[in-house]
Amino acid sequence: MINHDYRCEHEGIEQYVPGDDVIPFIPTAVFAFAVYLLLTAGGGDLGVWSPSELLMGAVLAVIAAAVSRNFFCKNRDYRMANPVRWIILAVYVVVPFFIEMAKANVDVAYRVITGRIRPGIVRMQTGFTTDLSVLLLANSITLTPGTLTVGIDEETNDLFVHMINIRPGVEEKSVVDTGDINAWFRFPAWIRRIAE
Amino acid sequence: MTDVWLIAVMVLAGLIVLTLARLFAGPTPPDRVVALDTVNTLTVASMILFGVIFRQIVFVDVAIVYALLSFVGTLYIAKYLGGEIG
Amino acid sequence: MIVDAVILIFLAVGLLFNTLGVVGILRFPDVYTRLHAETKTTTFGTIFIGLAVVVYGVSRLSGSGDGEYLTFTLHTIIAVVALAFTNATGAHAIARAAHRSGQRPAPAVVDRLAEVKEE
Repeated sequence: MINHDYRCEHEGIEQYVPGDDVIPFIPTAVFAFAVYLLLTAGGGDLGVWSPSELLMGAVLAVIAAAVSRNFFCKNRDYRMANPVRWIILAVYVVVPFFIEMAKANVDVAYRVITGRIRPGIVRMQTGFTTDLSVLLLANSITLTPGTLTVGIDEETNDLFVHMINIRPGVEEKSVVDTGDINAWFRFPAWIRRIAE
Repeated sequence: MTDVWLIAVMVLAGLIVLTLARLFAGPTPPDRVVALDTVNTLTVASMILFGVIFRQIVFVDVAIVYALLSFVGTLYIAKYLGGEIG
Repeated sequence: MIVDAVILIFLAVGLLFNTLGVVGILRFPDVYTRLHAETKTTTFGTIFIGLAVVVYGVSRLSGSGDGEYLTFTLHTIIAVVALAFTNATGAHAIARAAHRSGQRPAPAVVDRLAEVKEE
């Protein structure tokens, strides 16, 4: 209750919704229990888990959810509860992201050996609205060819990106598009499907 | 096969020693943090390999906790360098 | 035999990229380019070392059916995923801190972030 009132006071736009403190409890508990099952798999005789472990995991998940529900579901945004988004995320990490990462490593290896760099920081427009999609894009381009996220404009969600090898001409633009990074796959389209 | 894993750990240990050169040489604090972060990553890799060599799962468990805790440490030092705390 | 060969290849690739990352840290001129070398290559190298361990664990699991190897494989995957995620975020934190503490990219053709701050 204290937490809720604090939030309302500072954001000033949300109304009190009955059950607002209870609904975040469920996804947090399910997520905590899934992580617990993943960590203890292979230790028992009932399938791969033992009954005492399952009971302990359920108790711990309830405690963890009671403590951290307001942190885990801070924006009251439940779009990631959709399993389709998790499947797309898994496909995204295994196929386009991993290929780009391999490319990035060959690229950095080439630059380590030859020393040919042309670095600089550019402003990149993303057009995303949620925190999670900006986080995913920032982490993705940090691990993919020639780019490293340095800063973020919190109002427009634009990223400031350090590029190790800027193509001549790109540095003249005041705002760079995501198409100007050296990628075969279109990351923003993938991330829009996962988190927008 | 144990020899192969041992050799890999030795190579990683050599790489950690090389990285320490950057850690001591600096020249600026962020450079040292970068080197520290590299040492942490290589340590996690060697802990996973130790888990194979000694056939002990606890090494891998420690590697998970070490990865997460070193991340917290890196974030804290970065916040300090950025002038947001301390 | 094939399993051993695959493990050897994965380990060799992992060690190669880790070595390149360390050489990059020693060679590159400023903190941002060093971060490029650090995040990309050491993360990728460690993912391959993790893959070698996963292949080992799965081969032992299918050979003996021992539940311990399942735990071992899953924990290795979790460790590698945690490492990849925290490395990217940590690199971002270090780059941001370096820029806030007044360090500018030393050889640079453009710096839009500094322009924004001066306004």
